[in-house]
Amino acid sequence: MYNFEFVRPSSVADAVAALADEDAMALGGGQTLLPTMKARLAAPTKLVSLSGIDGLSYVKTGGDSVEIGGATVHADVAAEVADAFPALAALVARIGDPAVRNRGTIGGSVANNDPAACYPAAVLATGGTIVTDKREIAAEDFFQGMFATALEAGEIITAVRFPVPQAAHYEKFAQPASRFPLVGIFVARFASGVRVAVTGASESGVFRWTEAETALSSDFSADVVEGLTPSADGLIGDLHGTPTYRANMIRVMTARAVAAAG
Amino acid sequence: MTKVSMTVNGKAVARDVEARRMLVDYLRQDLDLTGTHVGCDTSQCGACVVHVNGKAVKACTMLAAEAEGAKVTTIEGMASSDDDLHRLQVAFNDHHGLQCGFCTPGMIMSAAALLSENPTPSEAEIRHYLEGNICRCTGYHNIVKAVLAASGQDSAALAAE
Ligand code: FES
Ligand code: FES
Repeated sequence: MYNFEFVRPSSVADAVAALADEDAMALGGGQTLLPTMKARLAAPTKLVSLSGIDGLSYVKTGGDSVEIGGATVHADVAAEVADAFPALAALVARIGDPAVRNRGTIGGSVANNDPAACYPAAVLATGGTIVTDKREIAAEDFFQGMFATALEAGEIITAVRFPVPQAAHYEKFAQPASRFPLVGIFVARFASGVRVAVTGASESGVFRWTEAETALSSDFSADVVEGLTPSADGLIGDLHGTPTYRANMIRVMTARAVAAAG
Repeated sequence: MTKVSMTVNGKAVARDVEARRMLVDYLRQDLDLTGTHVGCDTSQCGACVVHVNGKAVKACTMLAAEAEGAKVTTIEGMASSDDDLHRLQVAFNDHHGLQCGFCTPGMIMSAAALLSENPTPSEAEIRHYLEGNICRCTGYHNIVKAVLAASGQDSAALAAE
């Protein structure tokens, strides 16, 4: 890893100012960024740690939504949303391993938008909102393809807000070496309809499987999913699975998620 | 160089280090606490697990500077002397929870974090919690037995695999 300048500001305003430098990057829990820097795939000249900012780590539940501060680590989210949004707690409790969950943050995960990350599936399936230091961005507009988001340079995620569905479930087929989903499905049922988000499968990152959403909105049953055939176009093919395999897994995991959501 | 200060195993320490110094290198190279191991350096194996403010973390994937002011516990802080080992260390010894011992510091630190969150974990909970700790030697079975025994549960009931 190349050396860099390290700063740990105590306010969002100071962090934004520190990020104004060219080649500065924000550091959440570092569970992705630090390995990336070790591999020299990223070489920021300055790291701006968000861990010293008061009030960026919290979970607020109440009404029909859950709001999570951008610097909240996975372990805290898993513990604190268990009652208010159990499907989200279950998703978070299976990210990485316990030591990773004690460092990794929701803001870091969402900002990185790894095509196989778990969090983006929950944000997109619930129609969540990403709150930054300057605006609020709807999930639909935020995720823009593999590792790409609507964030501008130096913009910081201060919170993520999830509407809590009537019923929901995240089904993850974990790739055993990395513990990332080979295919992960978040199904969320609201009074207004059902939303299905798929992660791990597509070359353009997390996406909604609208065909299943339409079918499930009129009949919320695993059987209805069994009859659908997701397209393999644009799906990832690698040594872990072909696009056709992943397409089939989307159907299987969605049916399981629906059955589990009840 | 920046000065990084923390409390390690109850002792206040401070060293001037580069910003890129990882916590594991701060412990091993700057403080000569070589009980914490580096197996992979890519956050896969868990040999480097230590506690930061009571939470298990992979010290190869945390900057020393991020532990500024923190309370850190390493494997060296688990036993007060060779005759007074931590109950997990005793159990690993009794149940042959190690062979080469390379993974053991991380296993003990992860298992200690588990027991502080969940004093009587089931076999499945132990296996799930130790997912981020890799052992090349034991096949895990005796490690799980040792953690069961250290939590005061009957490990004899665990079927051989
Ligand atoms: S050395 Fe840190 S996880 Fe392997
Ligand atoms: S005892 Fe050798 S790696 Fe675990």
